[in-house]
Amino acid sequence: MKFLVCISNVPDTTTKITFTPDNKEFNKAGVQFVINPWDEYALTRAIELKEAQGSGTVTVLNVGEADTEPNIRKALAIGADDAIRVNAAPKDAWFVAQQIAHYAKEGGYDVILMGKESIDYNGFQVHGMVGELLGIPTVAPAMKLDMSGNTATLEREIEGGKEIVEVNTPFVASCQQPMCEPRIPNMRGIMTARTKPLKVVEAVGEGAATAVAEYQLPPKKQGVKLIDAANAGELIKLLRNEAKVI
Amino acid sequence: MSVLVVVECDKGEVKKSSLEVASYGAQVAQMLGTTATAVAVGEATEANLAQLGEQGISKVLFDNEPRLKDFVNGAYTKLIAAAADKEQAKVIVLANSNIGASVGSRLAVRLKASLATNVVELPKTDGGQFTVKRGAFSGKAFADVVLSGERKIIAVKKNSIEAQHNGGQTAQVESFSAQLSDADFADAPKQVIMQDQAGGILLPEADKVVSGGRGMKGPENWHLIEDLAKALGAATACSKPVSDVDWRPHHEHVGQTGITVSPNLYIACGISGAIQHLAGVNSSKVIVVINKDPEAPFFKAADYGIVGDVFEVLPKLTQAVKELN
Repeated sequence: MKFLVCISNVPDTTTKITFTPDNKEFNKAGVQFVINPWDEYALTRAIELKEAQGSGTVTVLNVGEADTEPNIRKALAIGADDAIRVNAAPKDAWFVAQQIAHYAKEGGYDVILMGKESIDYNGFQVHGMVGELLGIPTVAPAMKLDMSGNTATLEREIEGGKEIVEVNTPFVASCQQPMCEPRIPNMRGIMTARTKPLKVVEAVGEGAATAVAEYQLPPKKQGVKLIDAANAGELIKLLRNEAKVI
Repeated sequence: MSVLVVVECDKGEVKKSSLEVASYGAQVAQMLGTTATAVAVGEATEANLAQLGEQGISKVLFDNEPRLKDFVNGAYTKLIAAAADKEQAKVIVLANSNIGASVGSRLAVRLKASLATNVVELPKTDGGQFTVKRGAFSGKAFADVVLSGERKIIAVKKNSIEAQHNGGQTAQVESFSAQLSDADFADAPKQVIMQDQAGGILLPEADKVVSGGRGMKGPENWHLIEDLAKALGAATACSKPVSDVDWRPHHEHVGQTGITVSPNLYIACGISGAIQHLAGVNSSKVIVVINKDPEAPFFKAADYGIVGDVFEVLPKLTQAVKELN
């Protein structure tokens, strides 16, 4: 079975977010980039399923410029077999979805996995767009994924519960916890990753459907009002009479 | 041309987040000089749909197909696309829920529309551009996004817009068929399992949340969180370390890699306030922090704070709420 895992390159979760002086772009200076944490579930689960099946391949795909290659190599070190980098800055979800759909179709993949969203743009869009472009089902967000032959059983999270869904390949799923325990690279993986194939291809399709005009930081809090622990009940009065939230 | 609003229903009732969506859509319609039509998904009743008039909806399209009770991506997408075409909708508004965003992303491709998810404010239409503000960087920032497509789809984040209630107005409920076939239900769920929610309040829908961290010392102490939540009518939540060690289920994990909440009131008990946790809660209107460590970083992000032992403070708060009620 051929797995395609889409990964994005995002600022580490501990990053303090700042923007360029015109507020049009994220300020990358001094920022550590990592594989999007949600994508790690997709990657590890694909590798686990391939190992369980005893055959098949896991290909990682990233839409990004050359500076994303360290994280693509990291995905190869974790256990993917080969990689595709679409050589373009990811303009928006529609742009990225067109790349994934094009190269997924070209490669004839059975299962297309990705994280439920990226932690930088938080779109929760790409999986649905890829599924629609390819005319195949999308299951998002999936908390569990098992395969039996060409049939997948997934748990999809819905508000307040979950659905058990069965789909046949090919399909798209976006992944989140507790699907698996994301793996970290070991020394042997890091060594073999250096020689695994990483193909660089050009972008296809139309441009973006949206554009960011400006970024803003959330307004700062006024400062905390402290209430004496011995007189904790006072807080409840303030929440009712001053903050008016209860 | 009208604005199309997608309302999610559950057990006959329109979800609270969808009342907000309906109000949002009605206000957009007013800005554009048109009317707002809703299309219902989930288990709905005609009487409850008619009440969407209170949110400013003039008409509701209702497909009485029983299989639409549960979320089926293929069928929902086809239904909403058919409604959008019937109404010649240029703007489609839905909830930024797992259902709304799943369907919205497929619709964007099918209808060749520009899509913005996680939207927190009404659009701006000055200068001939259609701009919406959306949350980005997992709650650490906002982005103003220009939607350039002729059609636009907006997924509205919960608790960002106040649901309006204009008493006495009713919407006209019109039966509508999208001619759904068995093939549209190919990805229908085999089974739907709903969680037991403490006090019956869903965390993503809650407007008050009481949340516990490692400072609670163990799952056996969670009754203190639950008691306060019950008294307040709040949902319960937890930090990542707590769900990682299985003290609480993962669907209660709030933070950058869990769920993002934006209630009116968020009470954090024994949570130090790591940057990843703050990202998940910092759009809450009022944040209360209870922690015995006065240096806990969460106090910097809080509106009210108590430096003290959660095991002593929580029962006092619960008692005070009961006295107030």
